[in-house]
Amino acid sequence: MRAGFARFARNRLALFGAVVLLLVLVLVVSAPLAYPNNPFQLVGKPLQPPGGAFLLGTDTLGRDVAAGIAYGSRTSMLIGLSATLAAIGIGILVGGIAGYYRGRVELVLMRVTEFFQTIPAFVLAILIVAVLSPSVPSEIIAIAAVSWPGIARLVRGEFVALGGREFVLACAGLGASDLRIIFRHLLPNCLPPIIAVGSLLIGTAILIEAGLAFLGLGDPNVMSWGLIISAGRAVLRQAWWIATFPGIAILLTVLGVNLVGDGLGEVLNPRLRNR
Amino acid sequence: MSDAVLTIENLAIALPKGADRPLAVAGVNLELHAGKVTCLIGESGSGKSLVARAILGLLPAPHVRVADGRILFEGADLARAKPAEMRAIRGARIAMIFQEPMTALNPLHTIGRQIDEVLRIHTSLPRAQRLARVVELLESVNLPEPARMLRSFPHQLSGGQRQRAMIAMALALKPRLLIADEPTTALDVTTQAQILQLIRDLQREHGTAVLFITHDFGVVADIADSVAVLQKGDLVEQGSAAQVLGRPVHAYTQALIAAVPKLAAPAAQPPSTAPFILQARDVEKTYGARGLFGGNATKALNRVCIELRRGETLGLVGESGSGKSTLARAVTRLMTVNDGEILISGRDIARMTRSQLRPMRKRVQMVFQDPYGSLDPRQRVVDIIAEGPIIHGTDPQAARKEACELLALVGLDPSAAQRFAHEFSGGQRQRIGIARALALRPELLVADEPVSALDVSVQAQVLALLADIKTRLQLSMLFVTHDLRVALQVCDRIAVMQKGEVVEVAPTSAIYGNPQHPYTKALFAAVPGAHWQDRLTQETMAS
Amino acid sequence: MRLARYLGYRLLLAVPVILGIIVLNFFLIHAAPGDAASVLAGESGAATPEYMALLRHKFGLDQPLSTQFAVYLLNMAHLDLGYSFRNDSPVLELILDRLGPTLLLMLTAFVVAVLLGSLLGVLAASGRNGWRDNLISLASLVAYATPGFWLGLMMIVVFAINLAWLPTSGLDTVGADNEGWDEVIDIARHLVMPATALSLFYLALYARVMRASMLEQTGMDYVTTARAKGQTERRIIFGHVLRNALLTVVTMAGVQAGNLIGGSIVVETVFGWPGIGTLAFNALQSRDLNLLLGIFFVSACLVVVVNLIVDLVYVTLDPRIEI
Repeated sequence: MRAGFARFARNRLALFGAVVLLLVLVLVVSAPLAYPNNPFQLVGKPLQPPGGAFLLGTDTLGRDVAAGIAYGSRTSMLIGLSATLAAIGIGILVGGIAGYYRGRVELVLMRVTEFFQTIPAFVLAILIVAVLSPSVPSEIIAIAAVSWPGIARLVRGEFVALGGREFVLACAGLGASDLRIIFRHLLPNCLPPIIAVGSLLIGTAILIEAGLAFLGLGDPNVMSWGLIISAGRAVLRQAWWIATFPGIAILLTVLGVNLVGDGLGEVLNPRLRNR
Repeated sequence: MSDAVLTIENLAIALPKGADRPLAVAGVNLELHAGKVTCLIGESGSGKSLVARAILGLLPAPHVRVADGRILFEGADLARAKPAEMRAIRGARIAMIFQEPMTALNPLHTIGRQIDEVLRIHTSLPRAQRLARVVELLESVNLPEPARMLRSFPHQLSGGQRQRAMIAMALALKPRLLIADEPTTALDVTTQAQILQLIRDLQREHGTAVLFITHDFGVVADIADSVAVLQKGDLVEQGSAAQVLGRPVHAYTQALIAAVPKLAAPAAQPPSTAPFILQARDVEKTYGARGLFGGNATKALNRVCIELRRGETLGLVGESGSGKSTLARAVTRLMTVNDGEILISGRDIARMTRSQLRPMRKRVQMVFQDPYGSLDPRQRVVDIIAEGPIIHGTDPQAARKEACELLALVGLDPSAAQRFAHEFSGGQRQRIGIARALALRPELLVADEPVSALDVSVQAQVLALLADIKTRLQLSMLFVTHDLRVALQVCDRIAVMQKGEVVEVAPTSAIYGNPQHPYTKALFAAVPGAHWQDRLTQETMAS
Repeated sequence: MRLARYLGYRLLLAVPVILGIIVLNFFLIHAAPGDAASVLAGESGAATPEYMALLRHKFGLDQPLSTQFAVYLLNMAHLDLGYSFRNDSPVLELILDRLGPTLLLMLTAFVVAVLLGSLLGVLAASGRNGWRDNLISLASLVAYATPGFWLGLMMIVVFAINLAWLPTSGLDTVGADNEGWDEVIDIARHLVMPATALSLFYLALYARVMRASMLEQTGMDYVTTARAKGQTERRIIFGHVLRNALLTVVTMAGVQAGNLIGGSIVVETVFGWPGIGTLAFNALQSRDLNLLLGIFFVSACLVVVVNLIVDLVYVTLDPRIEI
């Protein structure tokens, strides 16, 4: 464990990602402290450039862009994490059942997984939110619904590979139940790649959320980065800053998540462990 | 001697920091002569493959490199040759063949193209002449239908055919030196015999010097003119084949040779009359043919019958794909069969439900081949061994205590209990696997190639342990192996399997002394180095 | 001949996918809260009662669910994707009108991403851990984290507004009436920014995948064999490793084809590109769910076709696939 942490820390990019991610988390926690007002509240003259009374300027209605970004971080993180957790849950369930029981069940489940991987994910996400009406839960459901196939394929592949390994056969030979084999032997051994791939999924989820919000499918009562960008789009000529800063926030957050995910992947890579 | 094709002087190869030793090999001196086969023999980790790669400058740079010494070939020092000079030598003057012919060939190129590549690199022959030469080469290695082989891809060939193609590629430009790195290790014994013969024939015909890397003394006895023995990077003994095999001087060489099981039958014993513990009747297993457009079904087991009496060891021998491992998994119900009965002490387990099967599991336990794959990397040794009893209702505390006692039984220190599998060597892991199987106090032990992945000296220890445990605990054993030497040493009776069928079953002494089925005869004839140990024994007795 | 049979087999495999999309669409209509007719007509209440009645009749919404599904299936089988009241036009016609620009944008982005991404991956892998590798890896990390629509907006600010090098939006210059090469150049100038914004993410992805795949293949035994033959490092890379490594990228490209269409929706919106994406955005604004469902159906069919092509490419690259 400590060796793993050391290896992670030696990877400078991962460390940078972790620092960025930590700053975003600070933003998430401190948003209500730094900006006690509702981010939708009008606080000054519209379209003030950054650097004046407001660090990142104001938008078309006179709302503080910096406050919007601070509150937007909460939305991004909330949706990114919840959707990823849900996707991992579905993925483990589908992939695990397919990989453990094989046969016809596997055939059917994997066809369904491939189907969800083939169809245009973002279009489906748009449809789901449009049908369910824009809200945070709708977004989480939509993103989870299009994100699980990757995990399912991974888990199925790992289960199939591990299932052929002799220690799993040995355990079955001892008379162990399916549940014991799955929870004591299979899942713990494929957790590292799930964590590595899952952490990268958070980045994708945040990007999808931003896209949905940009198209006006975010919760209208919850501040989000995509929403600010879409508001800034109309006044790109006069006020470049409105659309620019939230985009940088997205970029840095996703970059941080991905770098940490890459670092975790390297540490947890089964090929580098053992032997 | 002056006619050396290649001379290695004081070679040292450095390993990267953090390896188990700073130098992979040190102070290696070796001469390779035209028309002679020199075998470099050693166990895993001895550094023998690195010596071979160092000659061609194929060490995994930059981490592993030649630290000292010279490799003299045609007046040049290969250890210091420039990349361009080295490329002109590779493939043309010195060629190499590898252990795994499947991965050593590019899967996307045809065999013809890959052989032709050597000619394209080193000659300016026109296309038509190159093509003719490739066909000629394919014929010279006895590949059937060279014109078709030319256009075949590696995956369409058998393992032996692929290795023949590799040899054709290596000999394309009649190199002065051929380096063969365990070229027959991945092949079945009958294929191995053919490939060895082919290498021997071609090498004599062209007067090629051969450096043959191997871990198998039988192969050495068959092919070597001279032998060099490598122990953990030190060249401990070298000399003519007769000298090293017949009168080894160094203790390590002596121990290695002593560890090779003799190809000889035990004295005939009266047939056992004990009751049957295992009877398999007309067992059938078919693979494949799944899904809508399913491919061809293959019969892994075709009406197989075997019987095993209490206290007996029955060997299952055969080449890869013979169905021997499938049968082992069928009798432990790690796999369901399509048809037939499998009786354990008279009760058919082939169609038992899970709950019926559970108490039966205790009576039949299995030992696996892969010492790396057969232990859960995330469990402590004590938990691995205690898992069986815990599943069957033993108090976890008591099960763990018993597990520690079992460690002593299989010759491991009790301190091993709290460690993880990856902290142990292959032989030690195999002992842990045996302890796990014994924890349930089984009556029948099914061992699936339990020593195939181990070095010969470790193999001898594990076999001794199995024999000792068998008598002490009065176990019956089904012993699956591809190695006839091991089978002869361990088994009371031997069943020979071929393509899913048992072609012959007989007491060990009878099957060795008087094999009936042609396939059994072919198997015994193909065992490398069949008679050198006889000679050895005679010579020792004479002196 | 064998290829034709394989094509037939793959087309057969596409049938369940298309069916699946139809089922999914049907499910989505009924998952929406409220009356399916009002869902289909849009929420703004602008639909006339006559239109609502028409919808009810057309989708058999007063019938049991199984009948409704049969009716829906029958409509889809006739490629009848319904009528867009908002646009006063059949859905299929609306979509087909916009298909051209979207295909142009998508295929440009796809080809650029695969070719340039693979090339960058090769460059990075061949100079492993050198400045070239570090630069490419770092750039692809950043590109991989950049939202395409935001990148588009930033490009508009820089290249269209400040530098005035490129047009901000549209497919061609309105009222210019260019012909021949002039028109091609005009469209190409309009295409530069949307195609860049759309492809950059995938370019980065393929560069990463290609780099990893190249490095993995370089460690394979057949590379050692090629070295032992005396082959030069350059020829080993381009003659042996490249094609093996490309297989992973081709597989990935097939998987990502669907996401590329999704990405084109936001990018088209940003650049006012007159394709399916902008149509989808407008449908969203007017809550024209039926049109959205039609777009989903057509874009999914498009992905199936792209996957088919990718599969054929894969088969020609890899002799191990039995066709």
